[in-house]
Amino acid sequence: MKNHVLRPLFAVIGIIVLVLAARIFYVPKDFGVHERGYMYGWYRKANIEDWKKVQVKYQGAEYCKDCHDKNYGAIKKSPHQNIQCENCHGPAGTAEGIVHFDSDKLPKLTVDKSRQQCLRCHYPLPYPSSGRSKIKGIDPDKHNPDIECSMCHNPHHPNLEGMR
Amino acid sequence: MITRRDFLKKTVTIAGVAVPLAAFEIIDPEKLFAQVAAEKTKVRWVFLVDTYKCVGCGFCVKACKNENEVPYDANVTRTWVERYVLTKDGRLFADTPKGARDGFATTRIDLGLGKYQDIKKDNIEKAYFVPKLCNQCENPPCVQVCPVGATYQAPDGVVLVDRTWCIGCGYCIMACPYGVRFFHPVHHTAEKCNFCYHRITKGMKTACVEACAFGARKIGNIKDPNDPVTKIIRTERVGVLKSEFGTKPQAFYIGLDEEVR
Repeated sequence: MKNHVLRPLFAVIGIIVLVLAARIFYVPKDFGVHERGYMYGWYRKANIEDWKKVQVKYQGAEYCKDCHDKNYGAIKKSPHQNIQCENCHGPAGTAEGIVHFDSDKLPKLTVDKSRQQCLRCHYPLPYPSSGRSKIKGIDPDKHNPDIECSMCHNPHHPNLEGMR
Repeated sequence: MITRRDFLKKTVTIAGVAVPLAAFEIIDPEKLFAQVAAEKTKVRWVFLVDTYKCVGCGFCVKACKNENEVPYDANVTRTWVERYVLTKDGRLFADTPKGARDGFATTRIDLGLGKYQDIKKDNIEKAYFVPKLCNQCENPPCVQVCPVGATYQAPDGVVLVDRTWCIGCGYCIMACPYGVRFFHPVHHTAEKCNFCYHRITKGMKTACVEACAFGARKIGNIKDPNDPVTKIIRTERVGVLKSEFGTKPQAFYIGLDEEVR
């Protein structure tokens, strides 16, 4: 074959070799075909561990129980018993890895006392075949529109007998 | 003129070059055994949603966004709750304002583009809420289309995204028939629900399951016959979303209605 054909051919082969060589260094050792084969299991295995390391923020009511036993006991006897503390008080952990109790900094949690927070469930929606229609609701425009719900209703014991 | 000899020579050369290198791959018995072992893994995460129990409070969406560091005010979310209202005159309305992050505190349906539709109580034939999240499909189309191997299925069935590997091409976002994928506004990579992988692998429940006060959401291991979720899926009437796509979704719904898409 003529020289003018071979020269670009060598250049192309050179580039391919270069890419293959670079690939050896750039692609991590654990990148490849794993359990589920080429179609679903072609990945970098260490990434599974990366995801496991994400900081847990919501710790659950059991985490709050020991120090805040009074409020924990109260809410567990109320119709709100299944609502997690952190749904209103905010997550006990932060993305930076500080967890409320374990840290000497004890991050202060911000309580959501907004009317919006209560209306999530207590805005009346007359929807048959949904549990929503069975929850007691109020018209937020008529029921003391300017004050927080917690002024009258204790969210840990929301029936008015338990009024503070 | 091409001679017969030349013709045969060239044909063989071209055919030889055309054979892919993969054809010479020797089957590695170790890999083969790993594949067989994967079939026998003890964990396969599945999700169960009871739409009768959901009241549309949106605590699950709030918890998910906080737990998984999805910017709170950006209009993207890993999980969301849809409201369906069917009227007596045969019309269907569905909305999920902000993914129901703040719940549904209005009877007005958000039609989008700043338009709202109020529906009178007497005109409601049926209405309900449907929580949505990644189905962690057995045949995930989002994984098939990834050109760089950045999204994959972990051995326990959860589909994960490798943020260091994702090039942000968006193929997976287009491929998902359920629309659960989006671009993360901070990381600029594909983002999706991963069943709170950092929680379930520590024996905790997902943030949405824990935040749900009504038991509408449950997570379980379908390979454990004693798991309460497995028992419900095996013995009760459950449905999945868009089964016609052949994706084998692993989020099961109790009380799934025809109108739900």
